[in-house]
Amino acid sequence: MNSAAVQKDMVAALEISNLSFSYPDGWQALRGVTFGLRPGEKVAILGPNGAGKSTLLLHLNGLLHGSGEVSIMGHRVVEDDKKALGLVRSLVGLVFQDPDDQLFSPTVYEDVAFGPLYMGLPRDEIDERVSHALSLVGLEEYGSRMPFHLSGGEKKRAAIATVLSMRPQVLVLDEPSAGLDPRARRGLITLLDQLDQTILVTTHDLYMVKEIFPRVIIMDAGAVVADGHTEAILSDHALLEAHGLEMP
Amino acid sequence: MKLVIVLALIFATTSIPPGKWPAFGAMLLIVWTAAAVSGVGLVRIFLRSLIALPFILIALPTVFTKPGVPVFDLSLGLFTLTATVAGVEFFASVFVKSWTSVTAAVLLTSTTPGLGLLSALRSLKLPEILVAVVMLMYRYLFVLVEEAQRMLRARAARSAAVGRGSGGSLIWRARIAGGMAGSLFIRTLDRSERIYMAMLARGYDGSIKQQVTAPLGRLAAGQMALSLALFAAIAISARWLL
Repeated sequence: MNSAAVQKDMVAALEISNLSFSYPDGWQALRGVTFGLRPGEKVAILGPNGAGKSTLLLHLNGLLHGSGEVSIMGHRVVEDDKKALGLVRSLVGLVFQDPDDQLFSPTVYEDVAFGPLYMGLPRDEIDERVSHALSLVGLEEYGSRMPFHLSGGEKKRAAIATVLSMRPQVLVLDEPSAGLDPRARRGLITLLDQLDQTILVTTHDLYMVKEIFPRVIIMDAGAVVADGHTEAILSDHALLEAHGLEMP
Repeated sequence: MKLVIVLALIFATTSIPPGKWPAFGAMLLIVWTAAAVSGVGLVRIFLRSLIALPFILIALPTVFTKPGVPVFDLSLGLFTLTATVAGVEFFASVFVKSWTSVTAAVLLTSTTPGLGLLSALRSLKLPEILVAVVMLMYRYLFVLVEEAQRMLRARAARSAAVGRGSGGSLIWRARIAGGMAGSLFIRTLDRSERIYMAMLARGYDGSIKQQVTAPLGRLAAGQMALSLALFAAIAISARWLL
């Protein structure tokens, strides 16, 4: 129902239709995934481990290519089209689950500057974007710090800053609240709530979902099995249980 | 700048011919004076410089292999080793050379943060790709060490010694250790894959972008020229004058 509404209104922030993908070893990770996101919408994908959630996220940035269609703000993600891929990657900010994978530079500043640098921006614009992104996540003073010396919560926020500096339209985060202590988790939830981008996350944190994500998609065995209002879905205990989730 | 000076010092020291003691003395004096004013602590630098010892010992056989005037004999049952003056002198020179160089390097790394060294490499016009490799190495060395420590801890946690015969045979333990090394390698490979994806996701296209670095100040350039001249003078005079 949501994707139909999207097409009437305006260009969808994200549109996935009939996406399937198999890994080289034959494992079929995605089976005909279809859904769309309106601009500014905040959506959470739930599902057991191995449901294909992370695999799906890699498609949104053109890191993996399956059969079917993915488009971001009306731009199709096409394999082997470097220009189109570059555009899509500047529109979608993908935050990986382990910040140690995301933060690969010797300093936080260089990491946050990495995206803008590859977008070919001038020096002063890069500087401006880096300090703005760092201030959004509350790490203004951390530019010269080494990622290794940050705490888990700080690393997570720095990782988010590395994509915010690219000013993406869509933020995609893989299990953002996993492994954070309550205070760091609270900071993250507040941050995600404040950002006005379209946000898509995968998570197992149902409390976070309840708090800031009005719409939920449940995936299992590579397919979308439910898509709708968070309250309706999270109160459907039979549905949750059938897909290995539980609402305490 | 410090990097250039230290490299020059190492180069000069290694080019001093064996047996030119005043020159070696001068180099040692320079290094240890620098160490003294650096504020790192002489003991600490000395201890760290000992890391060179095993490598220096590799040169030990030269004591016996260099032909020359015999000093003493070492009887090893089947055969006798004869130490020569030339051999001892050569070994002592190698010893002093290596030790001086390592001390200088230790001094450099303990007074300069890794980031400073990276930007130094960059301003020395080292190819960006090499700098990038060193940079990634520097970044992930710690992560890797932590991962290895976690695995060791996990093993230790399950290595409860109960009574006799616990711990398994040496071969069994060696196989476990080998498996751990292997899985550390695979984890590292997986991580490199994920890092590459994280780079791609932010627009990495295979080219290395030039980062801007601060140019060398005039004072620093002067100091550098002066020290280079001094090292050259010592090395040259050692070769032809002494």
